[in-house]
Amino acid sequence: MNTANPTRRADVRAELHAPATPLVRLASEPYYHATGDELAVFEAAARSCLPVMLKGPTGCGKTRFVEHMAWRLKRPLVTVACHDDLTTADLVGRYLIVGDETVWMDGPLAAAVRAGAICYLDEIVEARKDTTVVIHPLTDSRRALPVEKHGEYIEAPHDFMLVISYNPGYQSVLKEMKPSTRQRFVALDFDYPDAEAEARIVAHEGGVDAATAAKLVKLGGLTRKLKGAGLDEGAGTRLLVHAAQLIASGMAPEIACIAAIARPLADEADTRDALDDLIRAVF
Amino acid sequence: MSERKLFAHELEARLDEVLLLSLRQRSAEGPAALLEALPRAMQERVLHWAGVAAQTSDDLGWLIASLAAEQAAGLGPRLDDWVRAGLDAYDRSGLAATRRALNEFAEAHRTSSRHSREGIAFTAIEGRLSRFLHALDGRPLKLVSGPRAWTDSETLWLPERLEVAADAPGNRRLYKGIAALLWAQTRFGSFNIDPEPELERWPDREAALAWMAVFEAMRLEACIARELPGLALEIAGLRGPWPPELAAAADKLAQAQATAADSLACMAEIRTVGAGDTPTFPHIGAIDPIAARRVRAARIARELAVVRRALNVIAATDTKAGAADNPDYPPLAAEAGMQAVDPQADLQGDLSALPPAAREAAKSLIQDLGEIPPEALHPAGPGAWQPVAGVEESGVVSVTTRPDAFYDEWDYRRGSWRHGWCHLYEMKAPVGDHDWVDEVRTRHAHLIRSIRRRFEALRGEDKPQRRQFDGEEIDLDAQVEARADRKSGAEPSPRLFIHRRRIERSLAVMFMVDMSGSTKGWVNDAERESLVLLCEAIEALGDSYAIYGFSGWTRTHCDIYPVKRFADRYDAATRGRIAGIEARDYTRMGVAVRHLSGLLVRQNTRHKLLVTLSDGRPDDYGDEYRGRYGIEDTRRALLEAREKGIRSYCVTIDRHGADYLPQLYGPAHYSVIDDAKKLPQKIAEIYRKLTG
Ligand SMILES: Nc1ncnc2c1ncn2[C@@H]1O[C@H](COP(=O)(O)OP(=O)(O)O)[C@@H](O)[C@H]1O
Ligand SMILES: [Mg+2]
Repeated sequence: MNTANPTRRADVRAELHAPATPLVRLASEPYYHATGDELAVFEAAARSCLPVMLKGPTGCGKTRFVEHMAWRLKRPLVTVACHDDLTTADLVGRYLIVGDETVWMDGPLAAAVRAGAICYLDEIVEARKDTTVVIHPLTDSRRALPVEKHGEYIEAPHDFMLVISYNPGYQSVLKEMKPSTRQRFVALDFDYPDAEAEARIVAHEGGVDAATAAKLVKLGGLTRKLKGAGLDEGAGTRLLVHAAQLIASGMAPEIACIAAIARPLADEADTRDALDDLIRAVF
Repeated sequence: MSERKLFAHELEARLDEVLLLSLRQRSAEGPAALLEALPRAMQERVLHWAGVAAQTSDDLGWLIASLAAEQAAGLGPRLDDWVRAGLDAYDRSGLAATRRALNEFAEAHRTSSRHSREGIAFTAIEGRLSRFLHALDGRPLKLVSGPRAWTDSETLWLPERLEVAADAPGNRRLYKGIAALLWAQTRFGSFNIDPEPELERWPDREAALAWMAVFEAMRLEACIARELPGLALEIAGLRGPWPPELAAAADKLAQAQATAADSLACMAEIRTVGAGDTPTFPHIGAIDPIAARRVRAARIARELAVVRRALNVIAATDTKAGAADNPDYPPLAAEAGMQAVDPQADLQGDLSALPPAAREAAKSLIQDLGEIPPEALHPAGPGAWQPVAGVEESGVVSVTTRPDAFYDEWDYRRGSWRHGWCHLYEMKAPVGDHDWVDEVRTRHAHLIRSIRRRFEALRGEDKPQRRQFDGEEIDLDAQVEARADRKSGAEPSPRLFIHRRRIERSLAVMFMVDMSGSTKGWVNDAERESLVLLCEAIEALGDSYAIYGFSGWTRTHCDIYPVKRFADRYDAATRGRIAGIEARDYTRMGVAVRHLSGLLVRQNTRHKLLVTLSDGRPDDYGDEYRGRYGIEDTRRALLEAREKGIRSYCVTIDRHGADYLPQLYGPAHYSVIDDAKKLPQKIAEIYRKLTG
């Protein structure tokens, strides 16, 4: 972890109250199994200073992909998980009152712009609508972040890159991304990898043998058929990896899958029981 | 192998012999008919005991034989105890006491076995099991209850209740095992060959089918084991080991390359050596190849038409479409990136060129036939989906009053508008039966309560959050504290503001309700019930909403029925109009979308949503609007609405027609409900997801 900016370092005391933005520099290669031409597209977008939108269901490797690309491009990474309380100030920065003084504190977006980092806004539609517009000037030819409160206009260096993720599976009209926002991005479609690739990922990430990984992937595929028939979404690769990790640590497969896959997916009794049945069927 | 059952005439002769009935002018015809249903071993036990009893008294023999015929099946292994109790009573108190004792014994046995067995009702496992089956590969099956367990390859019937196993978990497993094997019949091709030539060579068709079910179960269990080993293990647990004389067949049918033909071969083999009693297994349902193959043939015809039609569209469509660059509205599948597809090309490997519904149909065909038959790939074959051009509407309804509005309609063939083409009338919505609404609200009282509770939670509150780093207001308490801290030399907290969490629910919803003739009956009931539930839900949320019905009869008679305008309250009058929604004529959808989106756009809210409740594709009298014309016009109307800032969503009760929905509404902007009965249960949840 690194501080936001050595030249504009916030007052030391302020850090006691509000942590500085985590600016991650990845030292070793995050494992990522490419499923299409996403590496090439992302690199080209980075060269051309274009923002990128990753679309796809949860747990299919979007975050991992961004980490991998940050490592590949040797840029620091700032990740923000968006939520419905996320304000503009949370992204850009704010004054804190420290003792008798006011101290400016960069938000993660401002910190990323200054540092020429990749800023990853995860699940952007979850953020409040008025928050989303602050990214607009960063995503067109201006490539700058106006910070009104601080009377500043931060121009983005070449290496700054904005990446957002978005799950089109949600059907809420209140959570749709406006065309004025979405048309600013180069978009990459993510989906669950095919069975063979997914098994390889699960085996690698979860530390299980190929046969167990294949069974987990089979199970994942079955749960995905329940999308819209009891589940909002089937098990993503992440859940399969979790189950694999539990199995690798010595837990019985059935119990591991119930804990790592069935329970996180469903509360409703019939669906939960059906998932248990599927787990038993596969193992 | 056990000996074959005795037939009624044989039983009658044997009974006659042991009871000397002909001398007493009694006939064993009745008991013999009942005994015919029992397994051979049981038949022999009854004959044995009848003989034993007859040695004491002819009347006692007759009594035992006739009562045993009625009760033996229920008594099972306790038959011997039952007879002994009867003989004992005879010795002590004579014939009348014997009859009483036997009946009491049987009754006590029935009661105790009912108590010792924990049955499971179909309704208790339906939800769980239908989801389980839904997740398995292959074509989806509908799950219902019926007198016996079997499948016609689209619907799967299971008994109302199972109390075969001693406890509830056992019976639950049994349900799952039965269902899984029936699912496997459709998944692994039990109906892909015609078994009639073999079946016809059996004197007893029922016995032949029973054998077929057993052999197929052997084969299918092995198929399941290859994909779902845990499930196969559970099924094996239900049956125990196969009888030794069947083990060889089971091995043969367990091989990976075995097909239904091999099961028939096993039948032929056993037929030539003489099949005895069919072994019965609790986990094996019935098989009815005639019914299943009939359903299969109809399905194949239907799906061939779907695939062929999709290929025709691909072949026939020109590639430059007007709105193809709008990412929210994917162009008609035919226009979207499909121009490169050669419809004659080999589809077997790659189905991705097809639009989703056709892809499903193609997959289903492969499941039934092992491939897509080559004749489906000829684009000009029957089933071509070509809009009938130039058919003029006849029987135009004469209208005396002036329409309330005129709307343009899009003619895709000309690539231009037909101006003022549709005549729109705002009709007075009829008032229906108030009792009906009350009845619905009572019937769904529980559901309504839970919906309201959930929706109220969704509304959220405008909660002030204290002690924030930043916010719209100053937190006085925190300020005072901070000042005090500073005075005293302690470090004051920087959290000095109140942040108000705003609710962003500025939403107006228009429900556009299909009142076409095809909704008559159950779809209409479901629509009305759903609207009642929706109103209850939305009232809890506080969104502004309106409900309008639409129907019509040619372009000169497009009717709109205001059931609830935005300004109307959800009161008795509105409820009466909901009850009064009825099935009328046709579904000219474009004009209704245009009119209602015009009303919706005037609402002063941030978000505007148009929800269509319908049971099928756009349609109108005469052929013109029925095909592509109606779809193109409706798509146009929805695009216009979109340009005005209105999002559209469609809830459809439609078994076959869902293929056009992605084109009209875009992916993920529609729900297809296959069973109208489920609509009221689902609608509130759909709305919650849509607007949550
Ligand atoms: N293509 C992939 N390569 C490597 N790991 C993957 C891939 N896809 C999924 N994973 C695994 O799944 C987990 C969840 O992925 P993540 O990137 O967090 O999903 P998302 O951001 O799409 O919700 C990762 O931690 C990783 O273990
Ligand atoms: Mg993520």
